[in-house]
Amino acid sequence: MSVASEERKQGSEQELSTVRLIITRQDGPDQASYEESFDVPYRKNMNVISALMAIRRRPVNTKGEETSPPQWEMNCLEEVCGACSMMINGRPRQACTALIDKLEKPIRLAPMKTFPIVRDLVVDRSRMFDALKRVKAWIPIDGTYDLGAGPRMAESKREWAYELSKCMTCGVCLEACPNVNSKSDFIGPAPLSQVRLFNAHPTGALHKTERLHTIMGKGGIEGCGNSQNCVEVCPKGIPLTTSIAELNRATLVQSFKDFFGSDKE
Amino acid sequence: MADNDFARHRWHSLLGVVPVGLFLIVHLTVNYQATDGPGAFNQAASFMESLPFLLFLEVILIYLPILFHGIYGIFIAFTATSNVGRFGFFRNWMYLLQRISGLFLVIFIAWHVWETRIAMALGTALSYDMMANIFSNSWMVVFYIAGVLAAVFHFSNGLWSFCVHWGILATPRAQKIGTYATAVIFVLLGYVGISAVFAFI
Ligand code: HEM
Repeated sequence: MSVASEERKQGSEQELSTVRLIITRQDGPDQASYEESFDVPYRKNMNVISALMAIRRRPVNTKGEETSPPQWEMNCLEEVCGACSMMINGRPRQACTALIDKLEKPIRLAPMKTFPIVRDLVVDRSRMFDALKRVKAWIPIDGTYDLGAGPRMAESKREWAYELSKCMTCGVCLEACPNVNSKSDFIGPAPLSQVRLFNAHPTGALHKTERLHTIMGKGGIEGCGNSQNCVEVCPKGIPLTTSIAELNRATLVQSFKDFFGSDKE
Repeated sequence: MADNDFARHRWHSLLGVVPVGLFLIVHLTVNYQATDGPGAFNQAASFMESLPFLLFLEVILIYLPILFHGIYGIFIAFTATSNVGRFGFFRNWMYLLQRISGLFLVIFIAWHVWETRIAMALGTALSYDMMANIFSNSWMVVFYIAGVLAAVFHFSNGLWSFCVHWGILATPRAQKIGTYATAVIFVLLGYVGISAVFAFI
């Protein structure tokens, strides 16, 4: 196909239909937010990311004014990194798997307001990574010599632990949680579930008591109020509420050990 | 609040069921005696009043636990937000109603204790007639029905929440069965409570 006919084809598709996006924008962290609408040429199978890319190519709003292209974050484009999480028609989810054909129009995009807004749809999810550090969401294998092969894990355990490992720290569960807010220091469901994951691992369990103590403290597990929104909205279907209930049990046992004294782990 | 967050929250949860929740069951059951007429109620009430160490039992098993649960409950309720508009899931509504019913109970229980227990301490005999008098005002009937329903809801849903909070109901299946079980408790206890209200009218 020649360049000319390619352009003609695109031109005719543009006339065929457009999709309207209404984007909540903000020029910087401390700036006021405002809405701006864009019409993008419809293409088959497009998703919110490709619609945003279309706006970036031609950043003209519906009033015909040239404007700055809205900013957003993206990385994997296959819903495993969590970077492109945003509010799409009022629900927190990933832009890459939000297919235009399946969304109600006009499509409303907004940043997840649980997190500090950097610019437009870009938010700062540092608090989640800080929480992962606090709960030691890793397996301690670093040392000065080779520790050799680790212990084996039972398949029955691996099965459910694998589900928990799908967490991509996207922030959707925090956005939906009514107890994650400016009045509370609750770290949210995602890092709690990681405590269950790493405590389940035979080597990760070396930090088990420390992790439980951490979530028994400030902003920890007691911040949960059982609204269960997290498990409803998790894009990966992670059983977050089961994780929290299991940790409720584990922290109870831990508190008995702490209070009455018992074998240290 | 920082360090003892865990212990404080667990105490709040435990006291909500034992003794305060158990007391609610006893209380509504005693009231239910009124459906057998004033005599039956007066007899049940005077039995409760005749318990030895009454004030001690009241303070340890009712006043202190309810004060702790209530005050910390207000703190919990005000550090929550509501987003049922955006996330209208069943459990999210229960979460909201748990907090609203708790806050309403602060007002209801304060009023109710003033009107009955404190009135009794100040000399009015606690009897069938005392309640019948209160219910001669139909606004009070509405207020008490709301109070009973709020308490029964708060206790039933709280029992579910308690079971999750202590790691008893962990899997989605267990939690669903728990929801049905506590719904049955809500209906049964609600029936007992509301029948008692109408027995005084
Ligand atoms: C006096 C006013 C009261 C207030 C302000 C209040 C407040 C609350 C709040 C905010 C919760 C939610 C706790 C959470 O999810 O972390 C709660 C839970 C609960 N409340 Fe109350 N409450 C009150 C009275 C009562 C009474 C009279 C009872 C007993 C009949 C009761 C029994 C419970 C139970 C069993 C729970 C569940 C505990 C848990 O989630 O682990 N509460 N209350």
